[in-house]
Amino acid sequence: MEKETCTFSYCKRPEVTEVECDLLIMGGGMAGCGAAYEACRWANEKGLKVVLVDKAATDRSGAVAMGLSAINTYVGENKVEDYVKYVRNDLMGIIREDLVFDLGRHVDNSVELFEEWGLPIWKKGDDGFSLDGFQAAEAGKKSLKDGGTPVRSGKWQIMINGESYKVIVAEAAKKALQSNREKTGMAQNHFERVFIVKAVKDTNGKDVAAAIGFSTRENKIYSFKAKAMICATAGAVNCFRPRSVGEGMGRTWYPVFSSGSGYAFGMQAGAELSLMENRFVPARFKDGYGPVGAWFLFFKAKATDSFGNDYCADKEYFDDAVARYGDYAKGLGTAIRNHLMMRAMKDGRGPILMQTPAAMAALGAAFKEKLGDKEGAKKMKHLEAEAWEDFLDMAIGQASIWAATNIEPDKSTSEIMPTEPYLLGSHAGCAGFWVSGPGDIAGTPEHYSWGYNRMSTVPGLFMAGDVVGASGHKFSSGSHAEGRLAAKAAIAYILDHADYKPAPKMSLDEIAAELYLPFEIYEKHKTYTTEPGVNPNYIGPKALQARLMKIADEYFGGVATWYMTSKTMLEEGLKKLEMLKEDANKMAAKDLHDLLRCFENYHRILSVEAHARHILFREESRYPGYYYRGDYNKIDDANWKCFTNSRYDAENNTWELKKVPYVQMFK
Amino acid sequence: MPSFVITEKCDGCKAQDKTACQYICPHDLMALDREKMKAYNQEPEQCWECFNCVKICPQQAIEVRGYSDFVPLGSSTIPLRGTDSIMWTIKFRNGILKRFKFPIRTTTEGSVDPYTGKPAPDFAALKQPGFFNGPARTE
Repeated sequence: MEKETCTFSYCKRPEVTEVECDLLIMGGGMAGCGAAYEACRWANEKGLKVVLVDKAATDRSGAVAMGLSAINTYVGENKVEDYVKYVRNDLMGIIREDLVFDLGRHVDNSVELFEEWGLPIWKKGDDGFSLDGFQAAEAGKKSLKDGGTPVRSGKWQIMINGESYKVIVAEAAKKALQSNREKTGMAQNHFERVFIVKAVKDTNGKDVAAAIGFSTRENKIYSFKAKAMICATAGAVNCFRPRSVGEGMGRTWYPVFSSGSGYAFGMQAGAELSLMENRFVPARFKDGYGPVGAWFLFFKAKATDSFGNDYCADKEYFDDAVARYGDYAKGLGTAIRNHLMMRAMKDGRGPILMQTPAAMAALGAAFKEKLGDKEGAKKMKHLEAEAWEDFLDMAIGQASIWAATNIEPDKSTSEIMPTEPYLLGSHAGCAGFWVSGPGDIAGTPEHYSWGYNRMSTVPGLFMAGDVVGASGHKFSSGSHAEGRLAAKAAIAYILDHADYKPAPKMSLDEIAAELYLPFEIYEKHKTYTTEPGVNPNYIGPKALQARLMKIADEYFGGVATWYMTSKTMLEEGLKKLEMLKEDANKMAAKDLHDLLRCFENYHRILSVEAHARHILFREESRYPGYYYRGDYNKIDDANWKCFTNSRYDAENNTWELKKVPYVQMFK
Repeated sequence: MPSFVITEKCDGCKAQDKTACQYICPHDLMALDREKMKAYNQEPEQCWECFNCVKICPQQAIEVRGYSDFVPLGSSTIPLRGTDSIMWTIKFRNGILKRFKFPIRTTTEGSVDPYTGKPAPDFAALKQPGFFNGPARTE
């Protein structure tokens, strides 16, 4: 096909601004805010310039944009080593134990700051019942930092009143950036509504010299030149065809605006990926994707098939799972529980039901026995509010579904179901980049550490949060802490490489022409047809996404095949994906919103390609319940208890995949 | 559950550069029709239903209508976000009304002081575990 170019013959040339700084932070979510907070404190002392770029408004950007009802990683009274073992069990035995341990020994510092900044954290009352953030303050309960006792919903989780969690964390990050502006005299170092499209390599062939992107508000292009960069953007969502394909397409479990842009950035920079075959398929309340964690862990509800049977205790299903997946099945991690649920569903034993009435009745009876009828009823009312807050803090739509379908949790059960697949590295998944660990933890093998914590295989390019591979279960607090770890290491890198002057391989004119190509294509061809939405000369962002979703769903183990794929299916799908990638050269945008969607969807395509190539490489089913290789439907530790790493050569459009040894550091 | 804007209540944030809903939407969904001076959700099927536009609207002109592919009509979920707490009014399809009030923050908005009273960074420990404000846990 003929390749289109942008000479600004049809679309208007944008203003191009070059921003020079020492440290560039991409993404303003939890990891990005953590990075800004830690980096500026160090940078201010040395006069280093820190810049943060966010595609949205930092107050409400990232995975915590809506709020959260719990912080899932607070080590507290537990041992860091036990945190490592829990993450290893849930991620089927292969994790970077150095990264997870490092996270565990640092994460509480961030949680304690959140409380200091104003996040209400539940505390245990003298009577053993929970107090919300206000009640705890009134009762004179101590803060976590001073030894206060949080309300645990599970071993690692603590309950919060988290509607404004992100606003509070963003406030600290914005103040930190402001202090850096005052120290360095920069006019602006916090760019909202600027979308980073890709990395530009240095003329030295090694480093990433610049990150380029555009404003989604005005015709302006940016090139951010930096000595070091931290990629702190989200995972990839809306890649596989979702279960709801109408308006409900936006009601994804993880934020729909997670476009895999960090994966694409690192891939285009040549950074090595690890465990990109991993994915997360959460079992959640059907359609609204409301959280189930508090119902399972806090309210002690049981999920059963429609006949009231506990599908995890089904002998036939369980024995079969052990035969295929060995001792991993006995650990009953998230993937295996999903697997057993799907077995029941495939046998027609659905819908799967969360038995909320039984759980609430049991709690109500216990309250009355302990406190008497009147006080017990009062506690029950408080408990009902807690159940609703769980949704209203983080999945408001689920509350609306209950209201719209007349579901009161003490009277009716609710359906749960596995969702479409998600790619991420901070929640219960671990798809991302291969990064250096801190190096000081006993038993760290040589290949886990190359000098700077959380640095990718590209010098000066650091990773934090969702884009770090092989180290899941960080969640919101861990992502913040990891941003801080990456920031501190990046500052060390900058000081060690003070003489480095970034020299991008592309000129500003070339950058502008590449980023505005979808405008040029649209303006050039739009009048050829009477309806610009249907035109043989280009492809719009919605078509890009629809084709990607169909390929991913049907060939790479989406819901259409019950998460089943194989060598032949993957290879067929990859052929179709290659054509979609070629067609992406003819992306067309009619306005800035469309331009954003074009590049977001291109990033999704690259993320999915990495995912599919990794699944193809790993000849086993390491993550049953998330995906299955029908041709290798077992766990094969003898050959595959290892990391699978890959590198994409963007210039030549080629892939290299390899096995990397896993080392168990904690027995 | 896409957000929608009530024509009568929206004033386009009085022709300021950007409306509040445009400023806050994490997914760039809210747009302003400059002729009518009314905001609208330009891509309802990409709405995550985070309610940030509903919470921020100074006119209380934005609400949410259930995703057409699975939410029956007749209910509503309305937040009223203050400086320290949020009030939710939830109306069921069958008329049941529930109201909840939850804390949202324990400090005054804008009061975060990031570094005052915290230790200065120790550059000798830059390559060691720990953050500028404290060491890593040891067990």
